[in-house]
Order: sequence, then C-alpha cells, then structure tokens
Amino acid sequence: MKPNMSSIKNPMPSQEPLVRAKNFSEVALGYDEETAVDEALRCLNCKNMPCVQGCPVNIYIPDFIQKIKEGDFEGAYEIISQSSSLPAVCGRVCPQEKQCEAKCVRGIKGESVGIGRLERFVADWHNAHSNTLPSVPASNGHMVAVIGSGPSGLTCAGYLARMGYKVTVFEALHTAGGVLVYGIPEFRLPKAIVQKEIDNLISMGVKIETNIIIGKTLTIDELFDMGYEAVFIGSGAGLPSFMGIKGESLKGVYSANEFLTRSNLMKSYLEKPTTPIIKGGKVAVVGGGNVAMDAARTALRLGADKVYIVYRRSMDELPARKEEVEHAIEEGIEFNLLNNPVEIIGDDNGFVKAMKCIKMELGEPDERGRRSPVPIENSEFILDVDTVIISIGTSPNPLIKSTTQGLDVNKRGGIIVEENTGATSKEGVYAGGDAVTGAATVISAMGAGKTAAKAIDEYIKMNG
Amino acid sequence: MYKIISKKILNPYVTMMDIEAPLVAKKAQAGQFIILRVDKDGERIPLTVAGFNREKGTVKIIFQIVGATTLLLSKKEEGEYIEDFAGPLGVATKTDNLKKVCIVGGGVGCAIALPIAQKLKEQGCSVTSIIGFRNKDLIILEDDFKACSQQLYIMTDDGSYGEKGNVCMPLSKMLDSGEVFDEVITIGPLIMMKFVVETVRPTGIPCTVSMNPIMIDGTGMCGGCRLSLIEDGKREVKFACVDGPDFDGYKIDFDEAMSRASMYKDFEKHAYEDSCNLFKKEAD
Repeated sequence: MKPNMSSIKNPMPSQEPLVRAKNFSEVALGYDEETAVDEALRCLNCKNMPCVQGCPVNIYIPDFIQKIKEGDFEGAYEIISQSSSLPAVCGRVCPQEKQCEAKCVRGIKGESVGIGRLERFVADWHNAHSNTLPSVPASNGHMVAVIGSGPSGLTCAGYLARMGYKVTVFEALHTAGGVLVYGIPEFRLPKAIVQKEIDNLISMGVKIETNIIIGKTLTIDELFDMGYEAVFIGSGAGLPSFMGIKGESLKGVYSANEFLTRSNLMKSYLEKPTTPIIKGGKVAVVGGGNVAMDAARTALRLGADKVYIVYRRSMDELPARKEEVEHAIEEGIEFNLLNNPVEIIGDDNGFVKAMKCIKMELGEPDERGRRSPVPIENSEFILDVDTVIISIGTSPNPLIKSTTQGLDVNKRGGIIVEENTGATSKEGVYAGGDAVTGAATVISAMGAGKTAAKAIDEYIKMNG
Repeated sequence: MYKIISKKILNPYVTMMDIEAPLVAKKAQAGQFIILRVDKDGERIPLTVAGFNREKGTVKIIFQIVGATTLLLSKKEEGEYIEDFAGPLGVATKTDNLKKVCIVGGGVGCAIALPIAQKLKEQGCSVTSIIGFRNKDLIILEDDFKACSQQLYIMTDDGSYGEKGNVCMPLSKMLDSGEVFDEVITIGPLIMMKFVVETVRPTGIPCTVSMNPIMIDGTGMCGGCRLSLIEDGKREVKFACVDGPDFDGYKIDFDEAMSRASMYKDFEKHAYEDSCNLFKKEAD
C-alpha cells in the first residue's frame, strides 16, 4: 500500500460549534473506516518508533496502525489492549500533541499522524462490533484491594485481574469511574464508554464496592485484616484550591470540581435536576487547564450568555489539551489572557455581580521554564459576571493519610512512592495517579496503575 | 441498597429512621455525618448521625422535611430501601476530659446534640441541656434528653410547653449567675448558634458549633461546604466535610455561612413544591 503523503491529518468530523454549544452530546464524532485507513497510511512505520517512547504506557503504535492499514480493526484493538486497558477513554482525553504525536516524524514537516484519533477509532470499532465480554481469568487465590475507581485504580484492577488476582475496588462515591465520571463532561467522554470499561472489569471478576470511603468507613490496616495482601491507593486529587482573594465565598463562586460534579455526576444539566446548579448569565472560569476548559464549555451548554476564560499567562502557556482549546474558541468562549482576578464583587444579596481583574505581563522564565506573569500596575478593570468558577488545581485529600500509620507524604501532601514500582513507605501499599503527583493526566494515572499492578504481582509472589 | 429497619414519625416535620449499614454503624461516632441518596439519580444530602447500634449494624438518622429529597425520604416505609448511604464522614465531636458541659440544641438540631449528650453522660460528665422548639407540637426527644441530663431546660417560642423564650435565655442566666462549664456545644439553626456564641463569648468558655452547609461529595472533593474562620482579622477557609463539622464557634463567620446556605433557596422551593404536588397527585 502506498503511504498517504498528505501533510495534514484527516480532520475529525465534529458537531457544528453552534449546535454543540447547546447540547451535551459528544463533540467529536470519530473517523469512519475509510478515513481511518487513509489516516493510517500516513504512518511511515519508522524503525525506531519514536511515538512509542512518547506514550506513557508504551502502546505498540506502528503495529496497531499497520493492522488498520490492513483493515484488521480487531487485530489493532488486540495490540492496543496489550498496553492500555482504557483505549476508548485515552483516544479521547490524552494530550497526544504532548506525547506520542509530539514524537511523530510526520510532525516535522506538517502534522503528525492522528494517533489519538486512530486509537479512538479502533476502540469504538471494537465496542460496536465485539459482543464478547472478557472471561474470568483462572484465580491465583490472592486478594488485592484498590482504592478509587478512577483511571489509575481501574487500570491497576484490570491488570491484576488478568493475572488472576481477586480484586475489589473501593469507591467513595455512589458511582464508579472517578474523574472520568464526575469530572470529564459527557460531550468529551460519554459516560456509556466509561461504564462499558467498568462492565468489562466486572465480567473479569473485579468487585466494585461503592459508598466506601477508605480512611473513614474502612482503614487500610483493616483491609489487610480482611485478607487483602496488597493495597493500591488511587484516590485522586482532593481538595480544590482557592485564590485567597476577597469574595470567594459569595454565592455563585464554585470550584471547578464542584461545578463539574454537579453537572456530570449529579446530572444538574437535566431540565428538572434533583441537584441544583446556577445556569445562564455571564460566567468567568479562572484557570487554563483541561478542567477549566471543561467547566467553561459546560457553563456554555447550561445556557450561559457569555463565558470567559481568565488566565494569567498567554495562549502559549495554556496547559489545556490543544483540541479542547480549539473547540472552546470555536464555540465562542472568550479568552481573557494575561488577566488575573484580584477580587470578586457581590450584590446586596451576596451573589456575584462582577470580578475585578488586573492585567499581567510575562516576566522571566521560572525554574520550570515557564515565564511567570507579573501584574501591570494600575491596570485593574471590572468584568461583569454572575458566576465565577475557580479552576486553579487541587491539594491532596487528607483522609487516607490521616488514618494510615506509616504512610509518608511529601510537604504538599502527595503520597511518596518509588517511581519504578509505585511502592509507598508502608509495606504492601502502592499508590499512583493524582494522589501521588497532584493534578495530572488520565494517561499518566493509568501508567502508574499499570506499573503498580506489576510491582504488586512481584511483591505477592515473593511473599506468597 | 440500604434497608430501612425502623421508622418513627417524631412530629409532623421530623422523622426518625434506623438504616441498616453495618460498616457505617461500626465506625460512627457522635458528631459525624453520613451522605445518602434516596433513589437513583437523587440528590446527595448530608445528615448528621443521630445514633447507632453497632451490634445490630444500624445507624439512626433524624431529619426534618425541608426540601424535595427529605420529603421523598419521609415517604419511604419500614422494610423499603434507600439507594446510597455512605460514611461516617467528618471528625467526631471531641469530648475528652470534659467534666461539665452545656448542650444547646435547637429544633431538629437536638437530634444531633443527643448522641453527644449521651456520650458525655457515659463518660461521667455532668450535662446541662437546653433544647428549644417553636411550639409544643414540635418537641422531640424530651425523654432521651431527660435521661442523660443533670438539668434540662425546654424552651418554646410561644410558651406552649416548658418556658417561653429562646435557648439563650436560660444560658445567659446561668452564665450571669457565675455558672462555669468546660465547654458549651451548640447545634441548631445558624442564627441560633450565632446568638449562642455571642451569649457565651464574654465568659471565654469554649463554644463548639456543628455546621451543616450545602455539600455534594462530603469527602473533600468539591469545596462547596467551605466556610470562613476568622481569627485576629485573618480569614481562613475550611471545609466542613473534612475539617468539621464541629468548629470553634468564636471563629465562624456566621453571616457568610447564612448567606451561602441560601444559595439555592428558589430552586429548593420549586423542587419541594413540585414534589408535594406529585405526592398529592399520587394520593388522589
């Protein structure tokens, strides 16, 4: 087959911006078979496979793309499955432009191969055409507890189950999925996809126990007493950070976590929801990450007249996934860059009516190479808004640390682990994902879950 | 699913239930709370634990019908199930080394105050209880409070039972006459707790309040339950779900807490009216 030498990716079919800004259905519609094969033909099958090095879970990318070229989509799925347990999720939410696609040779002169789009195509094709559920692997008689059913926990549980472990996943909320369910909105990651991945785990014999808060309902030491031989902590990011400016407790000020949880997990977007959320009006989202984009686009879909992203650096420093920023701009979200809030102003009833911001300029790069923003004197101005959503990160949840003796955390509260194994300071206890790193990506959490599963297997075999 | 083992109507607005939740019952302590959902797609609401039976594996909740969710819950019968019941959450009320305590409860807040009073009594502490209600028909748990209190004051707004007046009246009388407590613990409507704190403040006696702000997850994820503690003019944000629900009453910014509690008043009113209409229709 002749390679496709087009310098640009096959565009992703998407809902029209003005249509999708009013619904919660998925924005990107996915490649059809013909487009997928055409895009696959852009891959040059490089010998040294730089893309694989760029993938946090090292998917054999040229191999699965080769299968697409051959029209063997199920074969492609099998190759991805060897390295990734949630391909339909990662194809949608990975920042590919910073990972696999950043290393793609085709990206030197033109656009890289659309690896993420192809991964998504393969996973969706499999989900649409295969109705065989994974079978229960032969049990090895050992029990492992996984805390949290987000990306790291589900990945860890999946790998352990395949190795024959009896795995129980403990989830604090009433629904499994973690950030994939409460955080990432339906229009970016349909909940049916997450549920399908969870159903697969259940059919492999993984037990999911909701409404159990480890650190409160049960402690880690009690899990060992119950017969679990190892524990993986994937409890996620935790407490939302606020800016510490005046007016943050006014009615109409949300953390992005709260706003997204209300809309996604509690379904406040429904016409007659049981959980309320402030809809409509003018909305300012403070921050520039994926969570900020999700919150801004959710606010728009809930009926906001105007949505601003207020970010203290410039477009180049915006940490969000490129496609999300592009989608947000297309949908009409206004980016107030190099702006920083200094005060939120309330009306007589304690509701938000405006936000005072100051203009910023970029100074010298900091130790991480990011140019730090510096306020421009006397440049304050008033932005009329009714809702402010603060999306400036989180700090680790204290619940597990405070009830687990011998579990060391760093000064920010993140659990300390050995990088190559995920082992914590407490014997038999492993950790990964945001509970360790602070807010990061779905795929890095999955990578950590995978690493820990391998280490847990070795640990139990050594002790057993 | 969590079974309703028993249900008792305490007054036209307040219902008591024992819910089968062995893991929660095993750990629950006075002052902690649970989060429940009545049915699938329902709202998550926090309720402070009103008691527990570790042997039977049940947790007692006492709730006032204030909105659509509590109305729906009140319609559930013994033997039926509720969808979710998670906990125990929050930090238990600290009772160590307390020898003489005054408990001040208002309305349905008395349900939360009771297990604290009982725990104090068990550890040999002398308990003075002041419980206040709007009128005679709304009085709950009188006998239970009698059983664990050295002294019990019952106050009604209209004087239809006990003494006429608010809970601060007997409290300030005692404090004025030089009565000293190791601590005053108060649970009830925000406005009542605010006045109790102001009544106690001149004496410097520690005054603990139990906050019950709007919450979603209850595990420290959403920050919706945040409140401000002010000390020496410095403001500090705390999360009621993981740092509380008990706080030093002297530091709480009650005005802010009261404002935040009213965030969804209109929504809640409509949802409640819709639910009432729905139940009325079903009854017809």
